[in-house]
Amino acid sequence: MEKNDMKKKLKLKVSAIKDGTVIDHIPAKSLFEVITILGLDTIENQITFGTNLESGKLGAKAIIKVSDKFFENDEINKIALIAPHAKLNIIRDYEVAEKKIVEIPQKITGIVKCFNPKCITNHEKITSCFSVINTSPVALKCRYCEKITAEDEIKML
Amino acid sequence: MKKDLISITDFSKEEYLRIMELAADFEKNPNQELLKGKVVASLFFEPSTRTRLSFETAINRLGGRIVGFADPDSSSATKGETLHDTIRMVSNYADIIVMRHPLEGAARYAAEVSSVPIINAGDGANQHPTQTLLDMYSILKTQGTLDDLNLFMVGDLKFGRTVHSLLQAMSVFENPIFNFIAPESLQMPRGFKHHLEERGIRYFEHEEFTDIISEADIIYMTRVQKERFSDPIEYEKVKDVYILNKAMLENTKPNVRVLHPLPRVNEIATDVDSSEKAYYFEQALNGVFTREAIISHVMNLK
Ligand SMILES: [Zn+2]
Repeated sequence: MEKNDMKKKLKLKVSAIKDGTVIDHIPAKSLFEVITILGLDTIENQITFGTNLESGKLGAKAIIKVSDKFFENDEINKIALIAPHAKLNIIRDYEVAEKKIVEIPQKITGIVKCFNPKCITNHEKITSCFSVINTSPVALKCRYCEKITAEDEIKML
Repeated sequence: MKKDLISITDFSKEEYLRIMELAADFEKNPNQELLKGKVVASLFFEPSTRTRLSFETAINRLGGRIVGFADPDSSSATKGETLHDTIRMVSNYADIIVMRHPLEGAARYAAEVSSVPIINAGDGANQHPTQTLLDMYSILKTQGTLDDLNLFMVGDLKFGRTVHSLLQAMSVFENPIFNFIAPESLQMPRGFKHHLEERGIRYFEHEEFTDIISEADIIYMTRVQKERFSDPIEYEKVKDVYILNKAMLENTKPNVRVLHPLPRVNEIATDVDSSEKAYYFEQALNGVFTREAIISHVMNLK
């Protein structure tokens, strides 16, 4: 009996996912940005998400469950700038097979806009590229104009 | 791999010294036909007569031929052609590209797109590395060394890209001391001071331009532009404080030299011109030799 209850509970927590990835602890306001950055708006896998869930850490959090999808680290790390506390549960056969946290990569390519209005990347079709010179608070140095975009100036493309 | 000069930090200390050595060689013998049969594209997306003439003189002395434009209105850029397309096209024609562009990062991007070396002749407020190398050559010539120097930087240290690059370049040499003299609103940005702190290099900040310059080996003057001030009253307060005149040089060290990237407006009184400590016009001439050296270095001609 007890064992069945446990299983039921686990099943409820990760509802409906047999295999795939659960991304938890996303700030609620960043949910749709995460979806865009990870390209989840264009893939055909089953995706469920919840938002404005209660969270001690974040106030309101969102959660995304993607069936049959296992991300590469650098793929998922792209969201680290907007969801630095995100946690990943890798689900295999209804069980949490692995847990991961996101880490800010050394290079941020193509997702952040350079804050410098005079930067060439804001005038021509150029993939933006930054090296991360500090992680807390985040500071990004533009490969082109060499100006530093600070955490509170970060805007996603 | 092709060599470019985009930022002053692209070059190592050894490369700085190599450029200085080559510049000294060109100063002795300015006309060397190393660019014979070669075409240099000179693309000035933003007018800058001084820098362009200095480059074109250097190219002529090296026996090279020049194509390009001096005026952005005459270039296809105004017809909506992207920098990408201009550079792709021109890098098929020329052996090297010298470019100036009003947007920051344009030179780095051009270097990625181009198959031939790019020399950055200024990209907006970002970098102007050939200016920095000619400044270094001027310092070396007047002081006999790039080590153990006390460098005073005066004026607009916030927006002055020449002082930022010079700070970065000089910080690789032995035991420099920096003194920054600027109004509060135009002080050296935090990031550059941090750069010095990380390397254990001493620097001092002053708001008053007084007899502290008696310690200086180099006084590097920059323009304080009215439009940099959000409050015109602030400008009125400082505009005369940062003018160097001949009397101020009286008690300075005999080896001190006054540098300025030019054009000067009124930050150096004309009575300084007759002082043996004034060096800004010679500094401009050094630009030709230094640019001959830079072109030769990135093209592996010497
Ligand atoms: Zn930029």
